[in-house]
Amino acid sequence: MRVALFVPCYIDQLYPAVARATLEVLERQGCTVSVPLGQTCCGQPMANAGFEAGSVGTMQRFVDLFADFNYIVAPSGSCVAHVREHYKRLPQNDAVQHVRARTMELCEFLTDVLGVEQLDARFPHRVGLHESCHGLRGLRLASSSELQVPRFSKVQRLLELVDGLELVPLDRADECCGFGGTFAVTEEALSVKMGRDRLRDHVAHGAEIITATDMSCLMHLGGLARRQQMPVQIRHVAEILRGEDG
Amino acid sequence: MSTPLPEIPLPVIDHAAAAARFVADEARTNWHDASLWQVRQKRDRAAQAVPEWEALRDLASKIKAHTLSRLDEYLAQFEEQATANGIQVHWAKDAAEHNQIVHAILARHGVQRLVKSKSMLTEECGLNPYLEAQGIEVVDTDLGERIVQLAGEGPSHIVMPAIHVKKEEIGALFHEKIGTPAGEADPGRLTEAARQHLRAHFLSADAALTGVNFAIAETGGFVVCTNEGNADLGVHLTPVHIASMGIEKIIPAAEHLGVFLRLLARSATGQDLTVYTSHFHRPRQGQELHVVLVDNGRSAHLGRADFRDALKCIRCGACINTCPIYRRSGGHSYGSTVPGPIGSILTPGIDLKKYQHLPFASTLCGSCGDVCPVKIDIPGQLYRWRQLVTEEGHAGRSKRRVMAVAGQIFRNPRLFRWAGKLGRRLLRWLPQRAVYHQRNVWGRARDLPEPPRQSFLEWYAAHRSDNANKKGHDQ
Amino acid sequence: MSSRDAILQAVRQNRPDPVPRPPTPLFASPDEGLTTAFVEAQKRAGGTVVSTTADAIATLLDARFPDARVIASTAGDIVAGSMDLHAVADPHELADLDLLVCRGVVGVAENGAIWIPKAHLGHRAALFIAQHLAIVLDANALVWNLHDAYARIDVAEDSFGVFVAGPSKTADIEQSLVIGAHGPRSLTVFLLTE
Repeated sequence: MRVALFVPCYIDQLYPAVARATLEVLERQGCTVSVPLGQTCCGQPMANAGFEAGSVGTMQRFVDLFADFNYIVAPSGSCVAHVREHYKRLPQNDAVQHVRARTMELCEFLTDVLGVEQLDARFPHRVGLHESCHGLRGLRLASSSELQVPRFSKVQRLLELVDGLELVPLDRADECCGFGGTFAVTEEALSVKMGRDRLRDHVAHGAEIITATDMSCLMHLGGLARRQQMPVQIRHVAEILRGEDG
Repeated sequence: MSTPLPEIPLPVIDHAAAAARFVADEARTNWHDASLWQVRQKRDRAAQAVPEWEALRDLASKIKAHTLSRLDEYLAQFEEQATANGIQVHWAKDAAEHNQIVHAILARHGVQRLVKSKSMLTEECGLNPYLEAQGIEVVDTDLGERIVQLAGEGPSHIVMPAIHVKKEEIGALFHEKIGTPAGEADPGRLTEAARQHLRAHFLSADAALTGVNFAIAETGGFVVCTNEGNADLGVHLTPVHIASMGIEKIIPAAEHLGVFLRLLARSATGQDLTVYTSHFHRPRQGQELHVVLVDNGRSAHLGRADFRDALKCIRCGACINTCPIYRRSGGHSYGSTVPGPIGSILTPGIDLKKYQHLPFASTLCGSCGDVCPVKIDIPGQLYRWRQLVTEEGHAGRSKRRVMAVAGQIFRNPRLFRWAGKLGRRLLRWLPQRAVYHQRNVWGRARDLPEPPRQSFLEWYAAHRSDNANKKGHDQ
Repeated sequence: MSSRDAILQAVRQNRPDPVPRPPTPLFASPDEGLTTAFVEAQKRAGGTVVSTTADAIATLLDARFPDARVIASTAGDIVAGSMDLHAVADPHELADLDLLVCRGVVGVAENGAIWIPKAHLGHRAALFIAQHLAIVLDANALVWNLHDAYARIDVAEDSFGVFVAGPSKTADIEQSLVIGAHGPRSLTVFLLTE
């Protein structure tokens, strides 16, 4: 199975440890992972800001680079949702359809493709899970609280396989953190307010660590928490699934 | 006839600025958010109690899709049946014509006092100021609507018009306007005072106007839903009943009422059903019954393939209640008749320039789409409106420039690596006060992450490149 | 062109390709617990259900509404009433109505709603202007959900008909529920069991 790792642009630049943890988790599960070095971005930041037309070149580049792999795995629900949903913009040839179908978020890949039932990882902390919106409702990584369907969460199930980890309950299980791409800047006041409200929920329930499938949410929450010196840290879910000593 | 208003350029609605003003009062924002979250939770419990909830949503969406695909036929059928029932049917292509039709009916009957139940359509048409300018007293009889009317405001929510007003403020308003004791802030006693105050208006009105929740093509009748009984109390006492409806309110047959009514109140407030679900098919003896069918941009919206599904909306307000943006910015921040997510996909169709920021007043979290009882893909439409706003040239210059640069960088891996390295170096080298300059909006309330020396791809190239797939490396 | 024709033409031009009309199923209903579900739904809506027999209702009403002076009844075989609705020409004369007693046609267990057509009201306004409302309903007129209810009634048979689910209410002041907005302050349902 040829698996490629796609590392979202900002993770590559700002959170290399998250990408390394993702690589490690995949390799520990027996995957042979390729990392095409010409990768840049899926195009989402531009498209969500209304510049999808200007991002077509970036989209096409992504397809060209990854079309030969069986699966393309990324530590981001948001980027994956963008590829799957918004690459409809491109002419739907075999390569585009393949890439749209086979680009997967890490937890989704571990669950649906590898069928992971056991993890050799330890993380003895109280953890609050932030269900990032695009993974939640775009990729259906979990049942959203609005829908009347059997409850599930692929991310939570994986976290429950981690030794020593204690998940804390939240008052609002899947409320948005307020990051929202350019929203974080264009609607700064709301973005900050939403983030602080999320942090309060996690801290009130005793979370030491907040985790998520998307580092963008965590960058926002972590930045707010650090500025306010709140007693809570952020970790990408890959860093937890790899285990603390990894 | 009134003289038309002079054409003045409309200001662009600045949601972010209005939201920032709202959020500045944090205690009030928390109160507003909690009120609406409570409604969302009630909705969840009500939906959970219906095992076929998701099947109903699916069915409702399909019935609406079918209806829109034959809307002209159903409108004609409704007209024919309603006319046979003794209802007078009128057609208004826009707000102005709607207002003229209503006024003409009222004038013919010499109406001085009109009581009105909730109708977002008449808000959209600006009916109240129009009639008031003609010397007709208009009294909104829904309690929430009456509160905002007395306060000289518009509703901030389509189902709960006064959700933004505190009980103490309502007490002060009622003290001033309807003579309740000073300092009275008990909801029960304030509601009782409004009951007495409005009963006098019901008994003295010459005509009543209602909205329409559903109009049934097959039977030529329509349905109005209220909890307070104000629509009925108005129309059953007056010699003239006018019902104003958008043309998208049509459903094919009475059997469809079961589907929509099971969803409507549960989605709106978490009730199983509104207290009164009134079915009007023929005028009362001695009464005139009028229905005004209003287009006002709806037929044009039907032609927008990417956006026409918004016409499925049954105005439950569930997307508004669940929206984390709305809950923290209030309905007035949207500057449109219908606020919140559904408003942000409807109003750009009316005036893209004026409402260009509304599709961006969202994180695209998607809660609105999942809560919608007729399954409108609201986040998808917000995304597509964003593209149109940009294509029509409404994006600001600096944003356009940033996006053009980003488009270049992401197409070119070498440039991407170079720009990333430069950025990280700058973050490390620049003094804090330069990094956290006022113009760094991100950094005003948020710390930036520690910039690493090496990007992941740099690390990989240095340590693991043997495994790397070379494809794309040299492009 | 008339506005009518202009609108219809624009709609015809802009409407999407035909989408078939889906069938409306009745959805499965539980085998038992119909009455209990109805009573619970009425309770949620702020109403009260009293299971009784027809001949006990007059006494129950006296006990429940001792101060009611003006009482109208369209269920004359059960409760006499103090006034004759048919003698009222102008519904404004009902302004001081204390209590209306009428019969319901169908009761819906999932939401407590009761269908009342104009024929059971005398005056449409009576149902809304009365201070209190009492509805007499046969227990065998209960159905599970609104689909069942609409299958049983003809909405166009009468000039007006209404589903009533509880007393009038509002939560427009800070989401505080207040019973007795503009219509009746209470709803009592007398459920006739054999």
